[in-house]
Amino acid sequence: MAAEEVKLLKTWSSRFGLRVVWALKLKGIQYDAIDEDLSNKSALLLQYNPVYKKVPVLVHNGKPISESLVILEYIDETWKQNPILPEDPLEKARERFWAKFNDEKLLPSIWGAFTKEGKEREEAIAAAVENLKFVEEELKGKKFFGGEKIGLADLAFGWLAYLICVFDEVTGFKIVDERYPLLLAWMQEFSQLPIAKDNCPPHDKLVIKYQALYEKLHPAK
Amino acid sequence: MERSDEKVKVVGTWSSQFVMRARIALNIKSVSYEFHQERLWEGKSELLLRSNPAQKKVPVLIHGGKPICESFNIVEYVDEVWSSAPSILPSDPKERATARFLAAYLDEKWFPSMRTVGYPQGEDARKAAIAQLEKGLVLLEEAFVNYSKGKSFFGGDQIGYLDIAFGSYLGWLRVAEKMSEIKLLSEAKTPRLLQWADSFSSHAAVKDVMPDTEKLADFGVRAKILKATATPKL
Repeated sequence: MAAEEVKLLKTWSSRFGLRVVWALKLKGIQYDAIDEDLSNKSALLLQYNPVYKKVPVLVHNGKPISESLVILEYIDETWKQNPILPEDPLEKARERFWAKFNDEKLLPSIWGAFTKEGKEREEAIAAAVENLKFVEEELKGKKFFGGEKIGLADLAFGWLAYLICVFDEVTGFKIVDERYPLLLAWMQEFSQLPIAKDNCPPHDKLVIKYQALYEKLHPAK
Repeated sequence: MERSDEKVKVVGTWSSQFVMRARIALNIKSVSYEFHQERLWEGKSELLLRSNPAQKKVPVLIHGGKPICESFNIVEYVDEVWSSAPSILPSDPKERATARFLAAYLDEKWFPSMRTVGYPQGEDARKAAIAQLEKGLVLLEEAFVNYSKGKSFFGGDQIGYLDIAFGSYLGWLRVAEKMSEIKLLSEAKTPRLLQWADSFSSHAAVKDVMPDTEKLADFGVRAKILKATATPKL
């Protein structure tokens, strides 16, 4: 087999980059990590992702793939060991739906609760509560979103396992509280997985980063 | 009973580009289905709220009683269940990744600009939107040349995933051209796409689900008016 060359452009804290790291680790794929400074984007990033100029970008034998969920599906189709999507089309559709639900609904609502103020913040919190309700429902009778093993949806939701506690600490407001016991249990299970334990950004460094951002967005009056 | 023999229903509206994708995919595979038309101005049906409680959006494909949501999800599901030719997605993983990337780009970045061109909020916004649309069309013209390999569609001889992704926007593209009196697809800048637009629109799997431009333009105006007066949803 020809030598594989796999590179991953990301940042140390990127939620979307991290899900790709987890997938690569899960499948035992060797890769070179390139940590970008988004305030000073490299020529390589601009060349590999001219449309969005964002991380993550996976580069496989010189060919770039962008958008984290697209990358995850590409990884699953290219390296067949430890699949992240099931064979059954209905189950596959379910995983894809929930991965997208995280990206389009849950994550933005929680991010809104962190970044916004006043009425907009109240609306974001209300949306997050509604979204979390559906996510909690989806976990009924399951250890992971993927069932007994993690799958695409778990990788998409995985940021909750290490970042929610950071938001809690910085804001003093707990968004994923005891109303969501299944989700809290899932966060515990996920964070104990070898891929998560060994590959999460350091908690203290995240607190510093998000504390600084929070203070910038909500200057003390 | 084989999965592919079970009853198929599509919940949607005639105007939605997302619903169109589901219907084209089923048509390509010659799958008969029942179309449940949502009443646009009367609130969402019980069926829709029950089958897609998390998002409450169309389209929903209900197959053997099980709901599948999200337009591209549905297209991939249809391709996988009715796996006999013609294939909708390309077989090569890199081509699949590019197709999915461009499809997501159309929804997230390109179409929002189309809305601004069709129903502009000021001249500067309109100009910026047109620039964004033209940038996207350059990308798509290039993708067409690469993927069609001289044939009529992005999918080659057959309509494929990118044809569906972009083709479902032709209705709105024509509305935007009509409302703004500019040509987005042209012989000068996008000769292959111009030709493709005709082939796509007249294809057997597409022609009965492509909305009429006038009707869509009126709907767009009405929808915008309603949106401006609606109270914000949580």
